[in-house]
Amino acid sequence: MIIAEQKPVAEIAGYIESCNKVLLVGCGGCVTVCLTGGEKETEILASALRIKRRQEGKPLETVTCVATRQCEPEYIDALDSAVRDVDAIISLACGIGPQYLAGRYKDKYVVSAMNTRFAGGAKRHGFWEEYCGLCGDCVLNLTGGICPVIRCAKSILNGPCGGSQNGKCEINRDVDCAWQLIHDRLKILGRLDTLKEIVPPKDWSRSRDGGPRKMVIEDVMSGSNPEKAN
Amino acid sequence: MESGKSKLKQILKSGRLAVTAEISPPKHASAEMIVQQTRLLGDYVDAANITDCQTAVVRMSSIGAGVHILREGIEPVVQMTCRDRNRIAIQSDLLGAYSLGIRNLLCLSGDHQMFGNHPTAKNVYDVDSIQLIRLVRRMKDEKLFFSGEAFNGQEPRFFVGAVANPFADPFEYRVDRLEKKINAGAEFIQTQTIYDLERFTRFMEMCVARGLHERAYILAGVTPLKSWRAARFLQTSVPGMIVPDDIVRRLKNAENQQEEGKNICLEQIKYIKEEVKGVSGFHIIAISWPEVVPDIVKSSGLYPRPVID
Ligand code: SF4
Ligand code: SF4
Repeated sequence: MIIAEQKPVAEIAGYIESCNKVLLVGCGGCVTVCLTGGEKETEILASALRIKRRQEGKPLETVTCVATRQCEPEYIDALDSAVRDVDAIISLACGIGPQYLAGRYKDKYVVSAMNTRFAGGAKRHGFWEEYCGLCGDCVLNLTGGICPVIRCAKSILNGPCGGSQNGKCEINRDVDCAWQLIHDRLKILGRLDTLKEIVPPKDWSRSRDGGPRKMVIEDVMSGSNPEKAN
Repeated sequence: MESGKSKLKQILKSGRLAVTAEISPPKHASAEMIVQQTRLLGDYVDAANITDCQTAVVRMSSIGAGVHILREGIEPVVQMTCRDRNRIAIQSDLLGAYSLGIRNLLCLSGDHQMFGNHPTAKNVYDVDSIQLIRLVRRMKDEKLFFSGEAFNGQEPRFFVGAVANPFADPFEYRVDRLEKKINAGAEFIQTQTIYDLERFTRFMEMCVARGLHERAYILAGVTPLKSWRAARFLQTSVPGMIVPDDIVRRLKNAENQQEEGKNICLEQIKYIKEEVKGVSGFHIIAISWPEVVPDIVKSSGLYPRPVID
């Protein structure tokens, strides 16, 4: 799941200083699950912005709604009427939402209320941790199902480095050394020999070069054209 | 250097114990300090390691500083970390370094940037230290760039080194990892600073049992301590280092801490020379105490250094 957190209210308020009426759009996807951009958080943010502006003597009018998912155009189309008379749209989705909104409502000022952080898993209720860096060339099958690209501070593919001690990473005693975890796991599996092989340099071209990455499943491609969002 | 050969390699090959020291380049653009340190080391060492922005603090480039010490007559061992450069920048720097007369290269992953003076920097780690070793060997053995493309001129022919840390975990994997570096093509190995002689001895026994000391020259890292505070700092704040409590205690109780620090270092060298098999030399890392190196080399019977043509 994509983990995103809200920016400080003061920062968001700064972006909409000159606006009188704004639409806040929550998202029913990942940010609802990670409790930062769902219906409840959208209402709370709207009221926080209104209170702040009232205190400053410059009242703000807010409208709120929640799109099922902001990363799909069909759910954004539904916002047409709500968008019409506002000065700005504040998106509480991950970074995809504001871009889709800006693509569809070309004359509207779109503000992102979020800092999109990482692809994470839930450790406990209210605690998420990064597990994947979306590198596009997965090595999990060599590393006992533990991702060195993200969970090792140096993204080393032939670890552990010389800073690994007592199971912890050199950067912080609270951070597990991913390669200690990998080592322990491969030991249990009787596959420690895997660690003797030299893993060649990674093909990072599948990670972030060459513009946005694309994936197409021809059979299910429908008439709805995602390109229209931009 | 005109011969294009590494003196360090020749000394190691001859079977004599090698002695290297470490120089940290300055945090400014003047070579004065480098020149002073080089003169201080004089003919007491065979080569000097030039750190590459150690602990991720910006300093004069390792290659730039290496050229300064080369001009002063000491052979540099240039460190190349994977933290700050992608494979394009690494190769470009290596071509430049070789063209300037640098012959020894130490490949390492590098300390994480969060320790340094630019903790908000984006790190690179495009390749890791083991991949780097293999690719540098590919340049010299197969005359190929990392990509597999051929050179159309002089290829860099570095004497390739790597580091090993017997004090990191998991201990049982440390010898495997050293072997992996040797398999990747490391010709000499510099160990992390040794204070825990018992663990180092066990590590070397495993290396010797596997014949690793015959496949690469292993230089034992030693660091003379100036004070008990320095010892405590290394003990508590430097990842991957083990400093036994009795060393801290010995320094704390000493009348002259510097003298005691030097004595401890000399005892360690003596112990390693006499009791530990498989060591080909010493790497003296005198952190902010360069003046002590000549004394240590002399007092440990490692002086005079052999002369190579
Ligand atoms: S190797 Fe890449 S794709 Fe696989 S989990 Fe790690 S970052 Fe994600
Ligand atoms: S200590 Fe472990 S997790 Fe940290 S950088 Fe080194 S190998 Fe990676």
